[in-house]
Amino acid sequence: MKAFTQLDGLVCPIDRANVDTDAIIPKQFLKSIKRSGFGPYLFDEWRYTDHGEPGMDCSKRPLKKDFVLNQSRYKGAQILLARDNFGCGSSREHAPWAIEDYGFQVVIAPSFADIFFGNCYKNGILPIVASAAIVDQLFRECAAQKGYRLRVDLETQTVRNPAGEWFEFDITPHRKHCLLNGLDEIALTLQYADEIRAFEARHKAAQPWLFA
Amino acid sequence: MAGKTLYDKLWESHVVREEADGTCLLYIDRHLMHEVTSPQAFEGMRLAGRKPWRNTSIVANPDHNTPTDHWDEGIKDSISRLQVETLDANIKDFGALVYFPFKHANQGIIHVIGPEQGTTLPGMTVVCGDSHTSTHGAFGALAHGIGTSEVEHVLATQTLVAKRSKRMLIKVEGKLGAGVTAKDIALAIIGRIGTAGGTGHAIEFGGAAIRDLSMEGRMTLCNMAIEGGARAGVVAPDAKTVEYLQGRPYAPKGADWDKAVAYWETLKSDADAVFDTVIELDAARIEPQVTWGTSPEQVLPIGGRVPNPADEADPQKRGGIERALQYMGLAADTPLADIKLDKVFIGSCTNSRIEDLRAAAAVAKGRKKAANVQQVLVVPGSGIVKRQAEAEGLDKVFIAAGFEWREPGCSMCLAMNADRLEPGERCASTSNRNFEGRQGAGGRTHLVSPAMAAAAAIAGHFVDIRKF
Ligand code: SF4
Repeated sequence: MKAFTQLDGLVCPIDRANVDTDAIIPKQFLKSIKRSGFGPYLFDEWRYTDHGEPGMDCSKRPLKKDFVLNQSRYKGAQILLARDNFGCGSSREHAPWAIEDYGFQVVIAPSFADIFFGNCYKNGILPIVASAAIVDQLFRECAAQKGYRLRVDLETQTVRNPAGEWFEFDITPHRKHCLLNGLDEIALTLQYADEIRAFEARHKAAQPWLFA
Repeated sequence: MAGKTLYDKLWESHVVREEADGTCLLYIDRHLMHEVTSPQAFEGMRLAGRKPWRNTSIVANPDHNTPTDHWDEGIKDSISRLQVETLDANIKDFGALVYFPFKHANQGIIHVIGPEQGTTLPGMTVVCGDSHTSTHGAFGALAHGIGTSEVEHVLATQTLVAKRSKRMLIKVEGKLGAGVTAKDIALAIIGRIGTAGGTGHAIEFGGAAIRDLSMEGRMTLCNMAIEGGARAGVVAPDAKTVEYLQGRPYAPKGADWDKAVAYWETLKSDADAVFDTVIELDAARIEPQVTWGTSPEQVLPIGGRVPNPADEADPQKRGGIERALQYMGLAADTPLADIKLDKVFIGSCTNSRIEDLRAAAAVAKGRKKAANVQQVLVVPGSGIVKRQAEAEGLDKVFIAAGFEWREPGCSMCLAMNADRLEPGERCASTSNRNFEGRQGAGGRTHLVSPAMAAAAAIAGHFVDIRKF
C-alpha cells in the first residue's frame, strides 16, 4: 500500500446523498478476477449512456456529458467531495478498489457507511468526515471556482482551502500510523513475523501432523 | 474458575498475540480455496510482491463454475472459464498441498473434498473465502468463512485478525424419529432461533441426538450454522470422528496418528464450562421440515400449512410473510403437502455426500418421478462420492427413476453454472439457501432433506417421508 502523508489535489463534487456501492461499481463487475482496472468503470451507470460489462474498452463508450467525472474541469481530480452516507449497500471491496484505481486518494463527506469506511483504509484511501456546514461550504466553493483544490495533511489532520481556511478531522492513531507509513493490515501483521514463526514452531512441535 | 468450552480451547490454542482490546492474531492451519473468492487475493499478493507464508496449508479446487454434464465440452461460459483457469494459474504460481483441477477424478465441492482427503482434522483452524466453511466444524475444528482481504491476509501471514465470539450451546437430546435427519435438525434449529439467532456466536452442537449422527450428518448440521447467523458451528470429536479419518490420504499416520487421537480426545467442553446462550431441543419432537418462504427460518414441519399473514400481529413480520408468499407464489393456509414441484435438486455442500445419496436412492428405488416434475438433478459432492455411489449401483436407481446423474460441483445450489431454475419454477432442494433468485432469477426454492426431496420427486408434491 502506498503511504499517504500530504495531498494538494483537485476536488470533484458528487452532489447526492446515499451513493451506494452498486452505483460506485455495478454488480456485473464483480465477476472480474482482478482487483485493479476498475477505475474506468467507476460510477459506470452515471458516467456512460450504454450498459457496461467487464472488459469493455471505455475509451469508445458514449458519455453522459453532464456527469462530473466527464467534465474537463474535474479531470485528474484526487479528492472526492460527497454527501451523507457515502458507500452504503453491499460490503464489496470493489468500491474502494474502483475509487483508488480511478485516482482518488481522499473522500470527504459528512458521513460514510460503516463497512465502506473501513474498507477505504484497507486500500489506501483516506475518508474524511467533516461537518455538514463545512461540506456545504466546500461544495459552494468548488462550484464557484474552476480548478478548486484542497490541501490535505494527515500528520496535522487538517484540510486547507485556497483562502487558507482550515478544519481538523479525526482519525484513530492506528489508522493514521498505517496510512502514514503505507502499512496495510498485512504489512502490519508482518511486523510480528517473528512471533508468528515462534508460534508456528511450538505448534508444529505439539501437533506435527498439521504440517505434514 | 469455570471450565472451558471446546470453542475456547480451539481459539486459545491458536492465539499468536492478543491486544489489550481482545483483538487476536489467530494462526490458521488450513486454507481452503475456490475460484470465485481467490483471484483478487492472489492479485493483491502479486502487486505487493508477496509470497504465501505456508502454501502447504492450501487445499484448492474449482467448484462453483464447473459444469455438471458434458465435461468433454469444457466450460462454455467464458467468464466462468476464466475464473477456473485463473485458479489453475494461481495455484501453479503460488503452490498448494492439494489441488484438483476441473475434471480431476477427485474434484468436487471444496467443503466435501477437505474432509474426504483428511485435510480437515480436529483441533485445526480452517478458513475459506466461503461462508459454508462452517461445515468443517463437524470434526471439532474451528472453521469459518472470510472475506477477500482476509484470504489475502491468510495467504501472506498464515494468520487472521479476529475477536473471540460468544459461545452458544445447542443441545439436542433424545432420539430422532425414523425418516428425520440432520437436515431436519438444522432447519428446526433455524426455525427456532431465527437466521440472526446465532449472530456473534460460535455454536457448539451437543446432546445424544448429535452424538448419534454420522460424520456426514454432523457436516450437514454445521454447514447450516451460518444460516442460523453463527460464523462457526462445532461438534466435539469422538470415536466416529476418529474412525472417519483413519486411513484418509492426508490424515496423520503411524506414531503421529496415536498422538493425534490422544490429543483429539481432549477436545471437548469441560463439564463446568459456561456458555453465553443455551438452547435445548427434543430430538423426538423434530419432524421432517420444509421451508415455505425466502429465508431458511421460514420453515415448518411437513404436516403444517403455509402461514397466513393475517395471523401475524407484528406488522414488520407480517410484511415479511406477505412478500415471501408473493415471491414464492403461494396462497396462505395451503397445506405444505399440496405444494407441487417443477424441479428437484439433490446436491450441494449440505447434502451431497454418500449417506445423502443413499437416503435419496432408498426412496427412489423401483419408483419413477412424477410427470409434473420436469427435472431431478442428482449431483454428487465429489468424484469420490460419485464413484462410491456408482459402485453401490445408486446411479442406476436414480436413472431408472428418471433422475439425472451428474458430475460433481456446486451446480444448482447457486446457479453459477448452467444448472438453474427458470423464473417461477418451484424446486425441492437439499441445499442451504432459499433466498430470492438463489437458484436462478425468479426461481422458488424449498429446502428439505435428501429423502424428502426424492419423495417429492416421486410424488410430484411434498410428502411426509414417514408415511411414504
Ligand atoms: S454447494 Fe452451494 S453453499 Fe456449498 S460451496 Fe457450493 S455454492 Fe456454496
